[in-house]
Amino acid sequence: MSVQETLTRWRNKYIPDHVVGEILSKNWIDNTVPFLALLATILVFGQVIPDFFSLSSMSDTTRQLGEFLFIVMAMMIVMVGGGIDLSVGSNYALGNFVALYLMNLAGLPVGVAVPLVILACAAVGLLNGILIGYLRLRAFITTLVTLILVRALVDMLLLRYAVDISMAMPESALWEYIGIGSPLGIPFSFLLALVLVGVVHLFLSRTRPGWHIMAIGGSRKSAYNVGIPVRRMVCISYVISGALCGVAGALFAARLNSAGSDTGIGLEIMALTAAVVGGNSLGGGRGSAAKGLMGAVIVLLITNGLVRLGFQSGAAPLALGIILLAAIAIDVRWLKNRYKLLAKVYVSPAYLALPPCPDTDPGSASPYAQNDKLRNVELIGLGEVEGPEDVIFDADGHLYTGTRFGDIVRFRAPHYDQPELFAHTGGHPLGLAFDRDGNLLVCVAGMGLYRITPAGDIQKMTDETNRTPWSIIDDSRLKLADDLDVAPDGRVFFSEATIRYGMSNWAYDALESRGNGRIICYDPATGRTRTVLRNLIFPNGICMAHDGQSFFFAETWACRISRYWFDGPRAGTVETVIDDLPGYPDNINRASDGSYWLALVGMRTPSMDLALKMPGFRRRMARRISPQELIFPNINTGCVIKFDEHGTVRDTLWDLGGENHPMITSMREHKGYLYLGGLLNNRIGKYRLDDADPEWTGMTSYWGGVK
Amino acid sequence: MRNNNVFSRLARGQLLSLTQEKIVFLLAVLLFAVFSFSLTGFASVDNLLGLLYNVSVLGVLGLAMALVVIGRGIDLSLIATMAISVAWSLTLIRDGVSIEAALLYGMLMALGIGIINGWLIAYAEIPALFCTLAMGTLVYGFGRIALIPVDVVYMPADPGWFGALGQGELFGIPAPVIVFVLLSVVATLVLRYTRFGRYTYYMGDNYQAARITGVPTRPMLVMQYGVTALIGFAAGLVTAASVDSMNTRIVNSTMIYDVILVVVLGGIGLSGGKGGVRNVIVGTLLIGILLNGMTIMNIEYTVQNFIKGAILLAALIFDSLINPRDEQTAQQGDI
Repeated sequence: MSVQETLTRWRNKYIPDHVVGEILSKNWIDNTVPFLALLATILVFGQVIPDFFSLSSMSDTTRQLGEFLFIVMAMMIVMVGGGIDLSVGSNYALGNFVALYLMNLAGLPVGVAVPLVILACAAVGLLNGILIGYLRLRAFITTLVTLILVRALVDMLLLRYAVDISMAMPESALWEYIGIGSPLGIPFSFLLALVLVGVVHLFLSRTRPGWHIMAIGGSRKSAYNVGIPVRRMVCISYVISGALCGVAGALFAARLNSAGSDTGIGLEIMALTAAVVGGNSLGGGRGSAAKGLMGAVIVLLITNGLVRLGFQSGAAPLALGIILLAAIAIDVRWLKNRYKLLAKVYVSPAYLALPPCPDTDPGSASPYAQNDKLRNVELIGLGEVEGPEDVIFDADGHLYTGTRFGDIVRFRAPHYDQPELFAHTGGHPLGLAFDRDGNLLVCVAGMGLYRITPAGDIQKMTDETNRTPWSIIDDSRLKLADDLDVAPDGRVFFSEATIRYGMSNWAYDALESRGNGRIICYDPATGRTRTVLRNLIFPNGICMAHDGQSFFFAETWACRISRYWFDGPRAGTVETVIDDLPGYPDNINRASDGSYWLALVGMRTPSMDLALKMPGFRRRMARRISPQELIFPNINTGCVIKFDEHGTVRDTLWDLGGENHPMITSMREHKGYLYLGGLLNNRIGKYRLDDADPEWTGMTSYWGGVK
Repeated sequence: MRNNNVFSRLARGQLLSLTQEKIVFLLAVLLFAVFSFSLTGFASVDNLLGLLYNVSVLGVLGLAMALVVIGRGIDLSLIATMAISVAWSLTLIRDGVSIEAALLYGMLMALGIGIINGWLIAYAEIPALFCTLAMGTLVYGFGRIALIPVDVVYMPADPGWFGALGQGELFGIPAPVIVFVLLSVVATLVLRYTRFGRYTYYMGDNYQAARITGVPTRPMLVMQYGVTALIGFAAGLVTAASVDSMNTRIVNSTMIYDVILVVVLGGIGLSGGKGGVRNVIVGTLLIGILLNGMTIMNIEYTVQNFIKGAILLAALIFDSLINPRDEQTAQQGDI
């Protein structure tokens, strides 16, 4: 091995660059830019302004922040649902006025006044909601109008009552406490706002209405089509927004007791800037309470900081304008390019050196020598099944197979001439197995492990396992369950080919050839699912050994068959059985003579073998050229081999011309015949085995006397 | 053969199909009639000329706004651009720069703001609403910090031809009205007969389709916002010349909503691709009659604002009822 190759191997072993793509694919990555901006803001103003962090300064800032946070949350909730509420500033002023009127002039107790204030502001929200939600007006322009209307209303009211309000002082200790009280040294309004942030977070991430609002923002059309009451939910989001403005207005009234006409002017731009700077997307679907919190702190620190630095009155609008433009530009660019960036860095090929490929030339002494034994197989269901990855027989000899349409199709014995629909899974059924009770267990890609009773009822067995500690991808959900087999005690062992890709793009995993797959055990007795083996290179076929204590499993891109003992004296050990297959192994199944059948889905090529040793080459390829042009393992020609538990190859069956079975992913021996399935085929092959036991069936081999 | 006489058209409902423009026009006529009878002094020639004089700036701004709205955009920074660029010109004149040079600088500034708007919308793909909203704040803040030391900048003592722009008369018609009429004629010709005008309609009707068929949509956006800012600058000149000063505080007033009111009320849908100069004129007339009537009736300024807001809201609801958007065809993120 050359020095450079050693270096490449080490580099790929110790620098985990697949992590970059995985981190980029996480949702929380959106928060990093606002978070850094927040840190920068705090650092800069902390340095520039003396006693920025002093107690009195902080107390004043946090009290303002308390009210401002309510406004930002009001803006954020509406934005998440795909709208916008520019009337928050006027509504805030209205809340302030109503609170002052009720407290100072009407003399109501706090417990009555505050709910009335919230009700009044929620009514403005309801007006917005009806206009935008039900009448489908444009949110921006409509709330702009309600901004003017409410502002004009407040101005008219102030003309009449401002003097009276400033003359009276409410006599309420509670009201005073709301305004200037500080439980635990923290201003009351700030404390309340923090509670609100928590509540809003729970609302958006944990409750049904919150999810509905997020869904509407994400895709209004889809939300409508799946039956979410779009109009009602949009309306509700504006009502919530209005109510939050009311709380903020009441807090402001309690703090300053001021009926000035400039209350809340320009607040909508501040709130909008805060929401967008925090990372909430215009147009909806992406947003959270944490984003709103970060944005609110950034904007308030900057505007307050500029005032304290003694800038002129124009400085704050100038700064807000620049920040808003920059934040929106970044947001738009980020949303547009995030997936492009992700597509470029997500695929992360690894170094894999395969042993030399054994000879397959016809006439050579190699056990893999090519022949034409499969040329004249009988065909079952030609053109009637698509994508029969696996085939299997029940106790009565009926043939079952999955199709890419999500069906399990049954061909009745003995002629196997008429397909009938047995069950519909909804995913792509891959591996099949029967348990002791005659239930059909099936690995469904994208869904998990399912059980189908003889009557055709489908039950979920499991669709998640324990998450790998410190994994960045959430690998608890099963993305690509592949093949399975059942141990004598009923435990189900099944493979998940890769945790980084799904059924639609598993081919990328071949380009990576990293140990992304695993074998998982589901125990029906306890209902627990546990990962047994990790970091396998596309684990595929699984087959119980005849001893009932171990199983064989195939790692497709590693061209390797291994054996794992789950019981008995060697429990927990893995032993390699064959490590230099000439092709890519798929399913393994029992043969009547005590050995095992193995399907090779495709054959190795020198170019692919070489590329596997050159991760940089494959990485550049994944970044620069379209997926159709990527290097890919050959799966045009395959074969079936028979091996025993020592790894000796006893027989090889080829269809060299590829006329009947160009791609073989599975084979099942049944009463002297071998039945062949293929993921991309439209037929099932039936091959007569001359020297096999004509009475042998899989069901009796597994479950003995069951008939 | 289609029978096109009055009765068959009546039967098909065509004659009765009222566009928003027609309704607003009828409303304006009705209001005019009501005010003429009920308000003393409304129908006098002096008052009517004053009415036109008062709304012609609004009309010019309406033309500017109409251009971008037809192209499915909006310019909320229009008032800020107008006020700051003109106020800067006046400041320069007071500092001793010649009138022509100062106005050229102001014009270049307005054009620059428009081009930056257009660039951000076209190339940085920031939604027009937010871009121009932020730009309005930014321009005002920048102008107040760096360029204009006082809130209100007065005209120089001897403004020459510049002053005539606001206070001159031709055949008894005030200059602002003439400016409005001239700009309306030019805008009509440009929108109808030039490539620039037609492309603007295509972009407003279907931006993607226009782009695919080869319309240079991005340079077009830059041009649209540039031209809009220039018309805004012209409106600012007329304003300054009429009232002898430029008050930068109008940026914080509700004037921008009046302009949108003119455009939306006249029947230029905010979804773009529809309407023309005629709609602006009709909208301007209605607002002019309304404001004038309310002023004669001595209604308070805040109440006037409330009434204008209510009318704008009614116009929007009406717009939404005759151009309904539904869940299947609405565009995502189109707020």
